[in-house]
Amino acid sequence: MDVIVVLEWAFDAVLGLGLLWLAWRTLNSPDLFKAIVLFISFGLLMALAWVRLNAPDIALAEAAIGAGLTGALLLAALARLRTTTDNTMPAQLPAGSWFQRGLLIVLLSGSAAGLGYAVWILPSHTSGLSMAVTANLDVSGARNPVTAVLLNFRGYDTMLEMIVLLLAVLGIWSLGGLPPRPERPAVAVLDTFSRFLIPVFILAAAYLLWVGADAPGGAFQAGSVLGAAGVLLLLSGWRPGVRLMQWPLRLALTIGAITFIILGVLTLLYEQQLLAYPVAQAGRMIILLESLATVSIAVTLAILFLGESPDPEEKK
Amino acid sequence: MSHAFAYALVGAGLFLLGLYALVAYAHLLRKILALNIMGSGVFLVLVALAKRTGDAEPDPVPHAMVITGIVVAVSATALALALMLKVSGKTGQAVLPGRHQD
Repeated sequence: MDVIVVLEWAFDAVLGLGLLWLAWRTLNSPDLFKAIVLFISFGLLMALAWVRLNAPDIALAEAAIGAGLTGALLLAALARLRTTTDNTMPAQLPAGSWFQRGLLIVLLSGSAAGLGYAVWILPSHTSGLSMAVTANLDVSGARNPVTAVLLNFRGYDTMLEMIVLLLAVLGIWSLGGLPPRPERPAVAVLDTFSRFLIPVFILAAAYLLWVGADAPGGAFQAGSVLGAAGVLLLLSGWRPGVRLMQWPLRLALTIGAITFIILGVLTLLYEQQLLAYPVAQAGRMIILLESLATVSIAVTLAILFLGESPDPEEKK
Repeated sequence: MSHAFAYALVGAGLFLLGLYALVAYAHLLRKILALNIMGSGVFLVLVALAKRTGDAEPDPVPHAMVITGIVVAVSATALALALMLKVSGKTGQAVLPGRHQD
């Protein structure tokens, strides 16, 4: 028993120090490519930390999004950056004089003490809202408490999040899209490998979506796995056709937000409360919302990676 | 004093490391990395404090908020990267105008 406790503490200590060390190396390693690779490994260690904190739902999301998709976005942006800027620019040195940096460190140490103290004085035992969630889990339509919170109790968070995703795409499109990535012909290994992987990705996404009602998983995890499959397709040279980039794409991008808004208005009319589902239909409504949200999240993430505006004339 | 508090302190540390880099470094890609690390710090504090339930299951509400937060962070990162590429396309340098690199 004691050995286990000591081992757990040792693991936590190594993980915590590893996180801080990787974050520091990410932020000040001279080579930006190295910094991004370190950031991806930081994301993977974060996923381990989520598991240690009994948050498997977040661990899945972090591994797929935090480590995978953010890393892909950053690497693609770095490749584009190298075509527009001169590579000789030193990117490693902190700006400002020694005095300014010293002042910054003093101010941040003050904030560190304040933040640390604020965390320290919190009561060490509280159940938060978990009692309320457990008490209402039966009428929520989902048996996984995190899914119940995301899609039912705080459904408006998820609705607004779908809109945020849409706004990010609109923002990139209204900037005229990203400059094209330096194209490389797809390597045969990548080409063959992605043919094998993508069906597995689709299967994994479907499983995550379905299991999300009862166990860790759900729309975000499934959507990000599907989005990663889309990124893989784009990397191996596939491009959506011009006709696909018009209304089918726009429908896929907006279907999640649209369904949320329609259901929100309907529940507002019939139940007098935003996204308060009737108990008998709650389970079905959650599955419907989650499936359509998965499609939107996946397409949005892949489009964010592609970054090209759908209208060729707007690019000019 | 449980290990959850230790993780909350690590989260506060990550937030401050990110804040330092956000202010101190001029390169925009590094600022975006710093923002992401600050976000991870905030998420870690939230989830660590959700685990103050003793042996019972942790509070699911902060978990749901963090999942939402991760997705919002990735879309904000994508938009920030697009803005960075616009700046560097116009000026040839991935730094904000008016800031000179040492």
